[in-house]
Amino acid sequence: MAVDTRVGQTIKHHDEEYKVIGTRPIRHDGLEKVTGEARYGSDINLPGQLHGKVLRSPHAHARIVSIDTSGAEALDGVRAVITSAAFPDPGDKLTGGGEAPGLPLKFKSANMLARGKVHYHGHAIAAVAAANPHVAAEALKLIDVEYEVLDPVLEVWDAMKPDAPVIIEDLYTAKADGTTAEEASNVAAEMLYEVGDVDAGFAEADLVVDREFTFGVVHQGYIETHNATAHWLKDGHLHVWCSSQGAFTIRQELADLLDHPITKIHVVPMEIGGGFGGKTTAYLEPLAALLSRQTGHPVKMAMDRADVLKATGPTPGGYVRVKLGVTNDGMITAGYANLAFDAGGYPGSVVGAGCRCVFAPYNMPNAKVEGFDVVVNKPKTHAYRAPGATHAEFASETVVDEICRTLDIDPVEFRLKNSAKEGDWQLAMPPYPRIGHIECMEAARDSAQWQTPLETAPGKKRGRGIASGFWFNIGFTSSVTAKLNSDGSVTLLEGSTDIGGTRTSIAMQFAETLGISVEDVDPIVADTDSVGQTDVTGGSRVTFATGLAAHNAANDMKDQIVEGLADLWDVAADSITHADGTFSANGNSATVGEAAGLLEEEGVFPIGKNTVTPTREGGAFAVHIADVEVDDETGKVEVLRYTAVQDAGVAIYPPYVEGQMQGGVVQGVGWALNEEYVYDDDGHLLNASLLDYRMPTALDVPNIETIIVEVPNPGHPYGVRGVGEVPIVPPPAAMANAIHDATGVRMSHLPMSPARVQAALAAEA
Amino acid sequence: MATVHIPTPMREATDGAARVEIEGATVREVVERLEASFPGLGGRLVEDGQIRPGLSAFVDGANVGRRLRTKLQPESELFFVEALGGG
Amino acid sequence: MATEIQSGKVHVQTTINGESVDFLAEPRESLLEVLRDNLGLTGAKEGCNNGNCGACNVVMDGVLVNSCCVLSVEAAGASIETIEGVASPEGLHPLQQSFLENAALQCGVCTPGFIVAAKALLEENPNPTEYEVRWWLAGNLCRCTGYDKIVRAVLDAAERMRAEA
Repeated sequence: MAVDTRVGQTIKHHDEEYKVIGTRPIRHDGLEKVTGEARYGSDINLPGQLHGKVLRSPHAHARIVSIDTSGAEALDGVRAVITSAAFPDPGDKLTGGGEAPGLPLKFKSANMLARGKVHYHGHAIAAVAAANPHVAAEALKLIDVEYEVLDPVLEVWDAMKPDAPVIIEDLYTAKADGTTAEEASNVAAEMLYEVGDVDAGFAEADLVVDREFTFGVVHQGYIETHNATAHWLKDGHLHVWCSSQGAFTIRQELADLLDHPITKIHVVPMEIGGGFGGKTTAYLEPLAALLSRQTGHPVKMAMDRADVLKATGPTPGGYVRVKLGVTNDGMITAGYANLAFDAGGYPGSVVGAGCRCVFAPYNMPNAKVEGFDVVVNKPKTHAYRAPGATHAEFASETVVDEICRTLDIDPVEFRLKNSAKEGDWQLAMPPYPRIGHIECMEAARDSAQWQTPLETAPGKKRGRGIASGFWFNIGFTSSVTAKLNSDGSVTLLEGSTDIGGTRTSIAMQFAETLGISVEDVDPIVADTDSVGQTDVTGGSRVTFATGLAAHNAANDMKDQIVEGLADLWDVAADSITHADGTFSANGNSATVGEAAGLLEEEGVFPIGKNTVTPTREGGAFAVHIADVEVDDETGKVEVLRYTAVQDAGVAIYPPYVEGQMQGGVVQGVGWALNEEYVYDDDGHLLNASLLDYRMPTALDVPNIETIIVEVPNPGHPYGVRGVGEVPIVPPPAAMANAIHDATGVRMSHLPMSPARVQAALAAEA
Repeated sequence: MATVHIPTPMREATDGAARVEIEGATVREVVERLEASFPGLGGRLVEDGQIRPGLSAFVDGANVGRRLRTKLQPESELFFVEALGGG
Repeated sequence: MATEIQSGKVHVQTTINGESVDFLAEPRESLLEVLRDNLGLTGAKEGCNNGNCGACNVVMDGVLVNSCCVLSVEAAGASIETIEGVASPEGLHPLQQSFLENAALQCGVCTPGFIVAAKALLEENPNPTEYEVRWWLAGNLCRCTGYDKIVRAVLDAAERMRAEA
């Protein structure tokens, strides 16, 4: 039976009624995107532009003995060739702003172009600028690099062995207690989080389940490849056009890496074709800038898909162990987890976030979690949608399911009984504020899918699984500048690149606060010279934080209008009321549009502005239900039906909240069933194409039913919680639990590819 | 007195105490007095007069990042947590 | 090792969105490259350059193709429809309108390819089932939407177009 999810279900746990918030306008930038007119990074072409390409390492681990670029330089049409020598010496400096401040800059610099040593297959070695991309590609073949090939270390469990080859000779473990190890190793950092008394907790348990899980590397898989165009003027001004999740972050990175004044760097955010955490850092921008400086021409660079898969920042593979203790009546008494994630070729994986999410859906009186950030010969890993949480909660939600089976407790009842709620302790964090896990679980229990028995079919192995997921969400800094035009419309400048309809979700909050229609707001994603500091579009933060800046800017504008009208009407400012977009006092009244006209005559043009670093992000929970069919001959798993429930706080722009939920689910299904980097023993990536790195197509998934739960976040005037990331967290566990329900087999590795499922079925039989 | 929650790995400096009570009107004052009472502890939280890169302070549930000037109430609860990024 | 650079350009006469177009191209340049870099038709996108993602979809002589896998010289004498030709001066195509109303796009980079592909589907089969839509669009990758709203938008547009026919 077809279920209409065009308008999904919403369950409100509040009484607020809004005029604009919660409606479904057409997004402001939609037209250009359906006609092909929207300008993405690669769509730019400047007069006199050259094209850059990057030479990449064929080895996973090697010393660079020599690089001879003379052959390339001699080729007709080649204008410049650079190696790591073109970068300033990073010394002992640390990275500035951005997502991971405080890491040694030398690592980031060496990841741009390898410095003395290759850390992974595909590591950039040199870059060429030439008259056209084909000549640049030909030139790469004329660069002669002599390598001393070293043994690669590919998996965290090998890299952590005492006798493992050390990839970074001067890497000393940053220990959890703040001290530093004395001997170099591949373990960049250790972390430890603890609450209560874990030994006593396990002693109270009637049942202890202790399981290990492993993970392949997965890529964010955005459809637009990385690109950057740079023009370095002779006076030192550097203009950069790029597709990044954060123009200000790119500006900071360029300033750090090129040791160039930030005031001279101007970054223009073009439309961005997906990011999911993978476009939070620079790859091509510094190279295009250096090539432009050297040639005096604008230089455009774009990766091909193989470059993207080999040499950008996928999210880690690794290892998670989860041990949970429960009483016979199904109360959790203690939890222990151990997570080791691969950082890739340089330190800095997302393991810390994974550690802190592993038990997040539950009230854990006693818990201990250890984490390890481990360098291996793979690309430097990065965030991918709720970074670290998917791995961690795949493990814990699978163990929870096993406990429910063993104790014969309904998995919904178990989760409701043990659910985290307001005031419960979070691991190493302040107690939870108001959260909506229980409300999500109840909505899942009452959903059409959960209430409909799984349809059996003769000879078919079918099963149903449920899983919870949590992600923190991030605040960071956002800015909005809003100009009131004389006709009452508003031009709204914001710094958050719009990856999925956020121009509109920001404009809606502005419109709600000022009391105008969303169509009267024209939201513009501005460049780094034209709007205040704004951090990356990531951490599910844009509708939350930039929306808050828009709300504050609308109030600022409102105050200015009131002040102007007070003058005009000769009344006290505090006597003017504002309701439904109309200002009134003492028999006078004016709508925002009328006020704009009146103030124009007085030469007053209000500009509302705000920069905000919100402090109460409010975490987000999701509960997913998956029905699957397992082909026991091939091991292929088909998704029959899927429901995603999520606490959005208050859904500002519901169609795009549903879109985030549905998109997250399908990425999670891809991670669950197919996606994985495949390496040979020498560390060569074997599947660097979209044919072999197999992401879900339209034919691989059903419609995704959505239930938006609204438990307002007390940390936001409209109750917003970030929505973008958490929907990727539950799918792998929900799928694994459904596979178990169908077959009786527990899967302990992601992805649960046909070959692995088939092998697990064979082993069971 | 503000209550400071000490991360497990740093409790060696507090003789195992999971939380300590410290007088102070701002995060900075509390950290300075922590250092005085428990030598070495402050240095793990603060570096060159700033909260160590990669750490965030939480005051009464609010993530105040590295803002040492954040004011405290007499009953404030203070946590030091690794900063997070997102996708 | 010296590598010879091919630089001889070929003159190609073709028809794009109903207009006669001439261009010079190197034989090694793909149709996608020429559309984007020589002719300024940047609506078709490069997502993979080997026919796996559909972001570069155009219709060539009535057949849906990945323009990254067509050499530009093969366009000689052909009639090519790109995303830039889908809307008419009177307004958007029903598919474009339906994508907007159904929120069937997020980042939007795959959207031109989906609309070109869906238009080709509806020209061949004005009343597709949900399965037929999913089957036809399996050559187009979208990483943002999970396909749900795209499939609904195509079915919705098909219904509107049948009602108007």
